Amino acid sequence: MFRYLPLAMKNSIRNRRRSLLTIGSMAVSLCLLGVLFAMYAGLFMHDVTPGSALRMVVRHKVSLAQTMPYAYEARIRQVPGVREISSWNWFQGVYKDQRDPKNFFARFAVEPRAFLTIRTQMDMPQDQRKAFVNERTACVISKDLAERLGIKLGDKITIIGDIYPVTLELNVRGIFDDPDALNTLFFNREYLRDMLSPGRRDQEGTFAVLVASPNDVTPVSNAVDAMFDNSPQPTKTESEQQFALTFVSFVGNIKMFLFSICAAVTFTILLVSGNTMAMSVRERIKEVGVLKTLGYTSEGILSIVLEEAAVISLIGGVVGVGLAELLTLSVRKTFGLYQPQLADMSISLSVGLICLALALVIGLVSSFVPAWNAARTNILDSLRYTG
Amino acid sequence: MAIPVSYNIRNLVVRKTTTVMTALGIAMTVAVLLAVLALSAGLRTAFEASGNPLHVLVLRKGGNAELSSVVSRQSFQIIKAYPGIAKAPDGQPLASLEMVTLVSLTSAEKPNGMTVTLRGTSMTGIGMRKLKLLAGRWFSAGQREIVVGKSVASRYPAAQLGKQLKFGKGYWTIVGVMDGGQSTANSEIFGDINQISSDFNRPDALSSALLEATDEVAVPALISAMKDDRQLTVDPLTERSYYESQTSAGAPIEFLGIFVAIIMAVGSAFAAMNTMYAAVSRRAGEIGTLRVLGFSKGSILVSFFLESVLLALLGGVLGCLIALPLNLITTGIGNFITFSEVAFNFRVTPAIMLAGLLFSAVLGAAGGLFPARQAAKKEILTALREV
Repeated sequence: MFRYLPLAMKNSIRNRRRSLLTIGSMAVSLCLLGVLFAMYAGLFMHDVTPGSALRMVVRHKVSLAQTMPYAYEARIRQVPGVREISSWNWFQGVYKDQRDPKNFFARFAVEPRAFLTIRTQMDMPQDQRKAFVNERTACVISKDLAERLGIKLGDKITIIGDIYPVTLELNVRGIFDDPDALNTLFFNREYLRDMLSPGRRDQEGTFAVLVASPNDVTPVSNAVDAMFDNSPQPTKTESEQQFALTFVSFVGNIKMFLFSICAAVTFTILLVSGNTMAMSVRERIKEVGVLKTLGYTSEGILSIVLEEAAVISLIGGVVGVGLAELLTLSVRKTFGLYQPQLADMSISLSVGLICLALALVIGLVSSFVPAWNAARTNILDSLRYTG
Repeated sequence: MAIPVSYNIRNLVVRKTTTVMTALGIAMTVAVLLAVLALSAGLRTAFEASGNPLHVLVLRKGGNAELSSVVSRQSFQIIKAYPGIAKAPDGQPLASLEMVTLVSLTSAEKPNGMTVTLRGTSMTGIGMRKLKLLAGRWFSAGQREIVVGKSVASRYPAAQLGKQLKFGKGYWTIVGVMDGGQSTANSEIFGDINQISSDFNRPDALSSALLEATDEVAVPALISAMKDDRQLTVDPLTERSYYESQTSAGAPIEFLGIFVAIIMAVGSAFAAMNTMYAAVSRRAGEIGTLRVLGFSKGSILVSFFLESVLLALLGGVLGCLIALPLNLITTGIGNFITFSEVAFNFRVTPAIMLAGLLFSAVLGAAGGLFPARQAAKKEILTALREV
């Protein structure tokens, strides 16, 4: 099929400005598609890390805002397949000035010993681990957070509570590296429990559970939920990944939103590319007549036009994927803070290939009508055509 | 002398395929922008309609949401007696003690359940909100009866008049459907405060107090008096500012949408530029003729520029037409302040459509400037010689 490629390439650089504008237009649109695809992949097809595959989250069946009794921890620990468990409470609170988004990061109250076991992939020196377990007011923070806020070991962090009516005075005793826990601070739950009233102390937001093997996920989920089904605080136990997805779907129908935008963008590219090819064919009707006189068949003409469209849209696609790679960098920095799944979003090889394939298909489909018209023009008519 | 606009309109009509394709591309861009603006306008309307400027909402100190706030009955007795609170015809102060919690409802769209706000209140609270009944009657004090908002009734098959919902310690009968105008009451479920607080084991840990001030001058006085009261540890704020802070729920989708619209706009401007360049080169002869007839370079520039703006405006109008049916759509967005879903309508208002048209005109202007300049710079003789 690519016999006429050299000719098609020559044709495409004949009206340089038009080709450049078309390539620009396609590149921008495909860049957008690339970013949206990457976003979709980041949110809904996130790779499960080996550590994450073993972790589960127990929450109140109705919503995250409702609490479960502290006593659940001991009962869940007895369930076969559960290796370790710790309550995992979202402290929220205010660090310095809340209005500066830089100061936004997750703060969780956990039981240090269990926490260190549950985060199997966490990279933190042994002495820092020990300090976290032994010191009541210790906290550990993720490496990216430490770099962003310029915090070093031994620094103090004060967080004023809002959900919890207390103020935390924490000492940074560890800085860890964990791909599944970016932009996060963990502190000792005993410190928080000491400050709370007896009624408030025993209310837990979520429990993090580590199971022995990936095969335990479903049985543990069923067993835990069945255990509390008829209590005033029924639970919902799901894998860490599903739990993250609940968050995304809570914000709104994101899938539908991304899908409609992708459809609108694709349709727009089809129009742009089709329009350009129609213009370029119209300019060259006379030439088509000459080519046909020289012995080119209708199929030959058809494939010359299609190949030209393919060349232009592929170049647009390559530029677009490049732009998308640059754009994801900034999306990662802004959205990643709030939506951890997007923190390591990138244009993967498959997303890039899908974009290029889409560019090719759009180029071919959109140029088919003009190409077909050119191919079936009668020699005499086309030679007589004056534009 | 200016070239008549009818010349441009005729030109657009003659090349109708190109015109329609370019305009449709612009229309898609405008439609995406309008959809995002309509979404945030709808969300804003829902929240603004919920905030009566005379209403003061009292929360626990540091509690920034009704859900995490705790107000005791004793505090309420003190609050109720404050001067500056309007009185009902029977002499009772317009003050309502309320308890807010969440229940989970399932629908076809959300098989895992979506959380909906359940509000324990009194007839005073209902009267202050000026709610109307669409069907059935209000709940009776001391009964396990609830009234659902109209969006709840239309979105969840389980929440129909006469049916029963299970939460707290048992079943509750739906005795009415209420209409809160545009307010968030449409997305909530109301019941008797005493019945609900005892069902959730919170007889003395209620969430908030809603007060109505006698007039707007009394509002700030009431707020500062309560803040300074040593007997109370509360954070009073106007109901309007409480709901305004929740409009941020739509921020991620809004941000993403505007980002998409701007990128699409760049692509569409390139496409418009392409079309206009083609128009200029095809009409070289015409441009020469116009110059011979005595039209100045300036009027040629203006004419082609206008044509591009017209082309884009046509796209803008098409975009508005594509976006208009959105007015019929009701959607829901979850927010992390109330941890529940707020249902609202997309609102494509005249102001939004005007913004869309303006956006398309800017797009056309950006795309038309360079081609128009090229047209104006053409030498008469070369222009006439070009075919």
